[in-house]
Amino acid sequence: MIISPKNMQRGVVSILTAATAITVLILIFIIFFILEKGLPVLSLNFLTTNPQDMGKSGGIFPTIIGTILLPAIALLIAIPLGIFTSVYLCEYTKETIITKIIRFATDCLAGIPSIIFGLFGYIFFVNTLEMGWSILSGGLTLAVMVLPTIIRTSEEAIRSVPQIYRQVSFSLGASRWQTVKKVVLPNALPGIVTGVMLSIGRSIGETAAVIFTAGSSLRIPTSLFDSVRTMSVHFYILAREGLSNQNAYGTAAALIIAVLIINILAYWTMHRFIAKRN
Amino acid sequence: MRIFGENGVRRILMLTAFSAISALLLIALFILNEGLPFIFRYGVSNFLFTSEWIPAKGLFGIFPMIMSSIWVTLGAMMIGAPLGVAGAIFLTEYAPPAVMKIIKPTIELLASIPSVVYGFIGVMVLAPIIREYFGGPGLSLLAGCIILGIMILPTVISISIDSILAVPRSYREGSLALGATTWQTTHMVTLKAARSGIVASIVLGLGRAIGETMAVIMVAGNSVNIPSSALDSVRTLTANIALEMSYATGMHRQALFATGVVLFIVIIILNSIASTAIRKRKTYK
Repeated sequence: MIISPKNMQRGVVSILTAATAITVLILIFIIFFILEKGLPVLSLNFLTTNPQDMGKSGGIFPTIIGTILLPAIALLIAIPLGIFTSVYLCEYTKETIITKIIRFATDCLAGIPSIIFGLFGYIFFVNTLEMGWSILSGGLTLAVMVLPTIIRTSEEAIRSVPQIYRQVSFSLGASRWQTVKKVVLPNALPGIVTGVMLSIGRSIGETAAVIFTAGSSLRIPTSLFDSVRTMSVHFYILAREGLSNQNAYGTAAALIIAVLIINILAYWTMHRFIAKRN
Repeated sequence: MRIFGENGVRRILMLTAFSAISALLLIALFILNEGLPFIFRYGVSNFLFTSEWIPAKGLFGIFPMIMSSIWVTLGAMMIGAPLGVAGAIFLTEYAPPAVMKIIKPTIELLASIPSVVYGFIGVMVLAPIIREYFGGPGLSLLAGCIILGIMILPTVISISIDSILAVPRSYREGSLALGATTWQTTHMVTLKAARSGIVASIVLGLGRAIGETMAVIMVAGNSVNIPSSALDSVRTLTANIALEMSYATGMHRQALFATGVVLFIVIIILNSIASTAIRKRKTYK
């Protein structure tokens, strides 16, 4: 039997539509499921009190501190390294074998599974550098993990700054670094911010790399060498050890809301960026 | 005030530019250094192709984990790749631009939902359904495949979208002018031109599926055995590392790092394939 091109067209388009609809429905289901079960648990009290009985009851306050500190340290290190790398790649050198190797290394780093980062962080930061299970070890491990995201997005943002801007700056007698500092980076900033936001989202949700480097202590940390537990790790432990489904849902809802806000901010800055470009 | 001259700045930037390479080398060095000696001492084929994983008796064969990882990944690809590519084609070629504008960021949001949340959904929603309708323990290879298939969707969709959009408009116009229907144009012209990018998106999805840890631990059941049906409980390479790392010492710990070495090498190979495919797309333009 030969299907006429016209019917083929109809059939295929409906299959494609269905596939897209399924994908979107799954996403909506996941978010609504977690929020529906978790929102009733979420309260100011839940967010600001210490967990009792390993998290069976009580709140999640210490894990919020962990969730803020680890990504903060990661970004403090990864942002300058990432931006400088992309400035060097875009503004200071031509395409050579070295830039190709740097790009390849960045791509590889982006594809490495988080459990490998966890193993590396454990053997390098925790053991070899003797930082122990600590905020510092976890933060540094996350820094290595988000570095490729920041390099890639900054590179794209810097490349999208029109060449004419640089030419005008040079023709006014500015040096290369002055041009980068005063013209290129300010214009690429919103794009760079998007990359940073995505990195925050990734490091907040990370579990495998964090659990082996920052540990899972529920105490409120007093120094960078103390172990902490992030919300993701807390959620994982609650859910996996079946300690408290109710608190697990609450923690998951808090996580999802945090990630949603960060993503929306990222898209908002990117859209403003694109609108401004046009 | 100037602390560094132009050349100083250039040198500092060049130094930081090596951060990504040095990170990759450091990771490779430390993982290989911890795992390779063990692999050679234990014997490469003993380690990779025997099925006894009993750390207490000093038996470390990871063949069941390798098979489980392969099956989970293949299953995830069977779900994620067709759905993802179909979604990408629909959004770029058939959906009105307004729909694309809303749905693309929504799908990319899927990528930033923490993997533990996917795992939890698998445990709370998917596993009971599988237990009820198909039998078995519920936490199984099948559950792992479905959850991972969903998790790789955003990777497959967004990279496929980029490569389909990179095909010049004139190609489609040429085909339509010859009287082809839009679907004929899509599969005979656009998809052929975007092929290497779509392949890259699938390979990167593959890498993500193999490397995923927490979601798989939560839904796949974790018993060490070579799966004989989709309803069996399985343990992947990544799960093996994460489950035992917290208490392993001595030989046992080295064996886990050796598992990491196997994973690392597979991922580097997959990434090299994907980045050559993506580069091919760029020269195509």
